[in-house]
Amino acid sequence: MRLLDTSRSRLRAVLFRSRAHAEMEQELRCHIQHRADDLEHAGLSRGEAERQARVEFGGYEHFKEACHEQAGGNGFDSFARDVRYALRVLGKSPGFTLVAMFTLALAIGANAVVFSILNALVLRPVNVPHAQSLYEVQNAQGGPSESYPDYVDLRDRNRSFTGLAAYTMAPAGLDSNGTPSQVWLYQASGNYFDALGMEPYLGRFFHGSDEHGANSAPYIVLSYAYWQSHFNADRNVVGRVVRLNKFAYTILGVAPPDFRGTELFYQPAIWTPLVDEPQVEGVNDLNSRGARGIWLVGHLKPGVTPAEAAADLNSIAAQLAREHPVDDADLRFALTRPGLVGDLLGSPVRAFVSGLMLLSMLILLAACANLGSLFAARAADRAREIALRLALGSTRRRILRQLLTEAVLVSLGGCVLGIAGAVALLRIISAWQPVPDIPINVPVNPDYRTYVAALVLALFSGVIFGMVPARQVLKADPYQGMKSGSLAGSKSRRITVRDVLLALQIALCAVLVTASLVAVRGMIRSLHSSFGFVPQNAMQVNTDIDMGGYHGDQVPALQRRMLDAVKAIPGVTAAGYADRVPLNLGWSDNTVFKDSATDYRVSNAAADAMEYNVSPGYLGAAETALIAGRDFTWNDGKNAPRVAVVNQEFARKLFGGNAIGKHFKIWGGVRVLVIGVVEDGKYKTLSEDPQPAMFLSILQSPSSETFLIVRSNRGTQEIAGALDRTLRDLDTGLPFAISTWSRELNTALFAARAASMALGVLGALGAMLATTGIFGMAAFSVSKRLRELGIRIALGAKRSEVLAAALGRVVRLLALGSVAGLLLGLAATRVLSFLVYQATPRDPVVLLGVVFSMILLGLAAAWVPAQRALAADPLILLKEE
Amino acid sequence: MTDQAQILPGTLDLLILRAVSLGPLHGYGILLRIGQISGNALLIEQGALYPGLYRLVRQGLLKTSWGTSENNRRAKYYELTVAGRKRLVEETEDWNRLVAAMSCALSTQPGEA
Repeated sequence: MRLLDTSRSRLRAVLFRSRAHAEMEQELRCHIQHRADDLEHAGLSRGEAERQARVEFGGYEHFKEACHEQAGGNGFDSFARDVRYALRVLGKSPGFTLVAMFTLALAIGANAVVFSILNALVLRPVNVPHAQSLYEVQNAQGGPSESYPDYVDLRDRNRSFTGLAAYTMAPAGLDSNGTPSQVWLYQASGNYFDALGMEPYLGRFFHGSDEHGANSAPYIVLSYAYWQSHFNADRNVVGRVVRLNKFAYTILGVAPPDFRGTELFYQPAIWTPLVDEPQVEGVNDLNSRGARGIWLVGHLKPGVTPAEAAADLNSIAAQLAREHPVDDADLRFALTRPGLVGDLLGSPVRAFVSGLMLLSMLILLAACANLGSLFAARAADRAREIALRLALGSTRRRILRQLLTEAVLVSLGGCVLGIAGAVALLRIISAWQPVPDIPINVPVNPDYRTYVAALVLALFSGVIFGMVPARQVLKADPYQGMKSGSLAGSKSRRITVRDVLLALQIALCAVLVTASLVAVRGMIRSLHSSFGFVPQNAMQVNTDIDMGGYHGDQVPALQRRMLDAVKAIPGVTAAGYADRVPLNLGWSDNTVFKDSATDYRVSNAAADAMEYNVSPGYLGAAETALIAGRDFTWNDGKNAPRVAVVNQEFARKLFGGNAIGKHFKIWGGVRVLVIGVVEDGKYKTLSEDPQPAMFLSILQSPSSETFLIVRSNRGTQEIAGALDRTLRDLDTGLPFAISTWSRELNTALFAARAASMALGVLGALGAMLATTGIFGMAAFSVSKRLRELGIRIALGAKRSEVLAAALGRVVRLLALGSVAGLLLGLAATRVLSFLVYQATPRDPVVLLGVVFSMILLGLAAAWVPAQRALAADPLILLKEE
Repeated sequence: MTDQAQILPGTLDLLILRAVSLGPLHGYGILLRIGQISGNALLIEQGALYPGLYRLVRQGLLKTSWGTSENNRRAKYYELTVAGRKRLVEETEDWNRLVAAMSCALSTQPGEA
């Protein structure tokens, strides 16, 4: 209340300083003074005279207001008076005001949060100059990955981009003070910063002219955040030499504070030139046209449309297909907005966030319906006051404007509360890093757009729910109103606006509850589905061995030593390693061909299979069930025939069943013998369909990227400590990360979890609004008919009959709204199937859950009014009249 | 107060115009003038005068200026505009017609018509 008081006096001070007002005040005072002068002459004392003069003058405030009105009350002034009056009225029923404001705060807050996410992911472009002309190149088949030689050709031959830049993400070991630590970086083409149009914060960037072939540009650009956190914002850092994977690199400069690279989710610590890939990643894909792993982005030249640019790129693609028929056949490009890994993340994220926005708008609509019926009920309660004002000659327009002012004030209060809550929540979301060890997060801090959107929504909804009682007021009959204290002249048997609002609101809430139950159910199911491995009780050690300066044959040798050392730890039951693991952020897939194939173009491929290079024992350590054949052995080495273990989907697709002993071909004709078949699993996301996967012997295709899987029967802490000591004994200079496999899986579950959480929150909000809506309606309905109920009780009605009379209508509306909402919800959940595993609404648990929740909500909300109806005491009620 | 009659709705404006037509007056002065010219026969609640004044100003029938009153107080003075003077003439004629018609009607004895 104190808050309301201060704001009231503030408002008054600001709004009433108008000159016209002061003059009017002076004039009326002058009148009273003159009258007092005359009375004084007539013999009264001055004090008595002034008192008498004031009395004779009549209602001072009333006439002043009338003067304002007659003077045509400049809009602002009369608005100020409306505001003052509205504040007084609202202040008189603080309970109502707070409930209304809080309801709206929830809805506005939810909208502000979702809008900020929409803003961050969809509306706000990547933070570079002239972002509107920035486009990401992606393959027409989906996915943005290109190869370096193709990139160089596209960069040099295109006529559409002012500059085409390339980048890819990788971890590396950075040593600036003696202890190496893992950093995540962008490997970027030399022209990256120039093509984007960036200016350095400090020092300089690297340029296209710095590149002279592989490993020719040992330069580092620091991100502002990393410079702050690891170099204490030391301006002398430019020119310093640090060790990156044990190679000497020179720090050139620092990027601007608000530049996080060209993907929204990923915050790199540093940028290195892409030509240094052999040193940074330990592999050299700079010359292999088939190795597609870099992403392209660039500004279009002025006047060039995205379609023209795509056509330009595709004509280059046709040339490339002629020049390199094996690798570049079927190459086709398309352009898309940058920032979300092409359309790979972009499409589902955009669809989901838009869906979420739609749901939160529904929340707001439900809140409006809720508040609309609250205001309508209140207008009915204020019938006598309104009738009195009408009888005294106030115009209906004036009364409506007054009611509207109250509604808008409530909505503005709710808006401020809602934004405050939203900002707090958004800070948490922005700081949230869902994937351990990898700098993945999304800054969703609100900007001016969020505030404007919230304000517009608040005003809009204030007008919407403020207009609900309009019909009541316009049709009101002051004579009836004075007599009965009710504005409705007619019988209340007909369907009223309030009924429609309540049904609508319940329907909306049922939609939300359905959606969130579908999501939560999908989430639970995805956690219990078969991954094709068992993450429980398994540790994961991730390292890239070339960060320790190992190359060529040293790599498999060290991996073997690591494995042997780890297996020797007491309690370890199984261990193995792979170059990557399923459901991790990175994946690799490859086209595979039938053994009979001789044409190795993509169009002739038999399947596109996930590819994992694994050591003997990996499948056992991951507990990927071997269904037929055998695991790899240490004999499946470099000089042995190439062998593979495939999953059931692969076997079915290529061989139509039994695969053991059969051959397929990869990499343009290399024959591979299938030695085993394992169960299907999840590889990229939990919601994917079964897809073919092949496991190759890492001894035959070595990789320095290492995921060591260690299964043990000891506690997590214990085994993590033992692993740490064992691996440090092998090489103190090799950075590695140890965690449980379950924890690492957060990555794969991130999207589904975030989605379920968002939907769960919205569902809870919806349920809350439905409860208050039903409560309000039931309470109103009971209080209106309390006298009738009392008489019924006095005449011996049964409890059930009393309840039916009091709440029958509410229950019917509840049932109607729930059914409508359920049907709508089922239709709406199709949107969810993007992200939620097996998001099917045709699930008896979900259907029952929705029905059950709505019944529970109805019961909870109607409980108090029902008690009040049953306790109606005819004697007291009759006496009151 | 006993003999005072409630003024008819709509007649206050005419009274104000008439009062001001004799020379610029401030609000209280107008009230006194109305009392004077009506022989104190009309009851006007003092505050009720002002909404009427503001209405007439807005209609462009009165104009205002600030001056010093006979009691040496700063007061707002009203005087007729050209439009106001014209309106006063029209309304006076209308009123007279109405009064004539009313008194004629009311003084007609049964049977005369």
